[in-house]
Amino acid sequence: MTAATATRVARPATRSRRRRPMRLGRNMWLGLLAWVIGLLFFAPVAYMVLTSFHSEAAAATNPPSYGAGLTLQGYKEFFGIGTGTSPWPALINSAMASIISTALVLCLAIPAAYALAVKPVRKWRDVMFFFLSTKFLPPVAALLPLYLFAKHVGLLDNIWLLIVLYTSMNLPIAVWMMRSFLIEIPRALPEAASIDGAGVLTLLRKIILPIASPGIAATALICFIFSWNELLFALVLTATVSQTGPVFLTSFVTSEGLFLAQVCAAATVISLPVLAAGFAAQDKLVQGLSLGAVK
Amino acid sequence: MSSRVLAARPGMSQAPAPRAAAAKRERRAAWIRRVPLLPALIFMIVVTQLPFVATLVISFMRWNALEPGNTGFTGFTNYKTVFTESALRGSVIATVVLTVSVVLVSLAIGLAIALLLNRAFVGRAFIRTIMIAPFLIVPVAAALLFKQGIYNPSYGLLNGTITGITHLFGGHSPVQPVWIQDQPKIAVEAALIWQWTPFMMLILLAGLQSRDSEVMEAALVDGASPWQTFRFVTFPHLRRYIELGALFGSFFILQNFDFVFTITSGGLGTANLPYTIYQTFFSAHDYGLASAQGVVVVAASLIIANFALRVVSSLLREEVIR
Repeated sequence: MTAATATRVARPATRSRRRRPMRLGRNMWLGLLAWVIGLLFFAPVAYMVLTSFHSEAAAATNPPSYGAGLTLQGYKEFFGIGTGTSPWPALINSAMASIISTALVLCLAIPAAYALAVKPVRKWRDVMFFFLSTKFLPPVAALLPLYLFAKHVGLLDNIWLLIVLYTSMNLPIAVWMMRSFLIEIPRALPEAASIDGAGVLTLLRKIILPIASPGIAATALICFIFSWNELLFALVLTATVSQTGPVFLTSFVTSEGLFLAQVCAAATVISLPVLAAGFAAQDKLVQGLSLGAVK
Repeated sequence: MSSRVLAARPGMSQAPAPRAAAAKRERRAAWIRRVPLLPALIFMIVVTQLPFVATLVISFMRWNALEPGNTGFTGFTNYKTVFTESALRGSVIATVVLTVSVVLVSLAIGLAIALLLNRAFVGRAFIRTIMIAPFLIVPVAAALLFKQGIYNPSYGLLNGTITGITHLFGGHSPVQPVWIQDQPKIAVEAALIWQWTPFMMLILLAGLQSRDSEVMEAALVDGASPWQTFRFVTFPHLRRYIELGALFGSFFILQNFDFVFTITSGGLGTANLPYTIYQTFFSAHDYGLASAQGVVVVAASLIIANFALRVVSSLLREEVIR
């Protein structure tokens, strides 16, 4: 801080006024730089979407033919028109696993967050850390026992096993997020309601849920994204019947030949729900990803 | 807010009553408070803790699915293998290099972009929105896009751009590197950095925007240069956000499987621990060894988690004081 104090004395007040025109120029350059970097980061996404609408021949040119005619051929190939292997079962499995597990997460997380924020149990901090610590355990280390268990009870290649696992994967995130939303509710509100004789359920339904609904929506979107993206569990624990979208995509990993347009169409289709959910939850994304630590 | 602290201890403000009855009522009240928590808590204990107990037990066993008759306890043999086999040591190093490089580089780029986006310029909201897009591409899809669409030596975007630029300047034989084979580690890292920089940017931008405007104005009035403002006002404030980004980033990158699996299939020295465990279990069918590797990864994660929890707990404590 001493350096800042020293310059305060040394610098005349007129200086800042004199610097203004130069600053305007610099602002423009920095704005331009932001545009360049932003577009550079977006370029692969734009390239992916553009190539998905090109013919395979146009997609495989070097240098890329950006101006080539647009076609739905890549999407037709991806959806199995002609080849016969449709991604629809995989996409439906993904949707089922993501949506049902997200619903389960909310059913478990909202009451739990209530017991950790609104009427906190005595050791709420320890409980919060227990939830968080489960998130820090690498899922790959639990994979083998889960596989053996599933094989033993006949749950291999069953979407419900993934639903349970995705619920456990997202529950800590949801508890932390929901708590950070519920803690914002004024304390007097539930207290006044319980003095008026409202039970826990009425309290939840009539007071907590309406106030917390934007937070619940954001939590749901984040849980949906993580379930939709998951690969490792799905790859090991499912086969042909209940494979998910990401597992379906892995069939493109080793393929060779003219199929870039099809790969780009596949990547675009699979990412579309996540892009939609992410942009919808844009302003709550940070809070969710940092488990409610950053607001 | 002191009422919040008091409320955490139920029964403290109750009127004195016959002691036994009061104690009973208090216990009842405490249980009623706990009920909404129990389903989530029990679910998490069953689904996440039991498998780890099983992993721990199997890690001390000789158990290969290809030799079904030859199963039994072997003590620390699997752990000896984990620490002596050079392939495994290689994957430990690969994991550390991958995690550290991706987290540091995406933090640095994320900070630069956050500082740029924190200024007013035309189209700021638009740039901020499209900057998030890389983070919202499904990881397997992103990895596939980089492998097939960007790194491909004959028609990928990188070599295509090189050809385009070379032709622009009248050249005829553009350099066409085989990106993944030439620089396998950098190929995986670059794709991960592309996906994770927006995450860092978002956290740091939230940090920048939560700066106290009065302090910023005071710095301006006092004639602090932009660098001095950054060094003495912004950076100390951002430190906590940088730590958070680094910690959450580390956990996701440490556990990364999708990019290694897709881009290099674990080849060319890029196999990290999650991929190696997957292979030991899925291709070599050595259940005992895979479990021992899993336990080692858990131990390493818990050491890092210890630091992480300390940072997060300082946030929780602050919240109570606030």
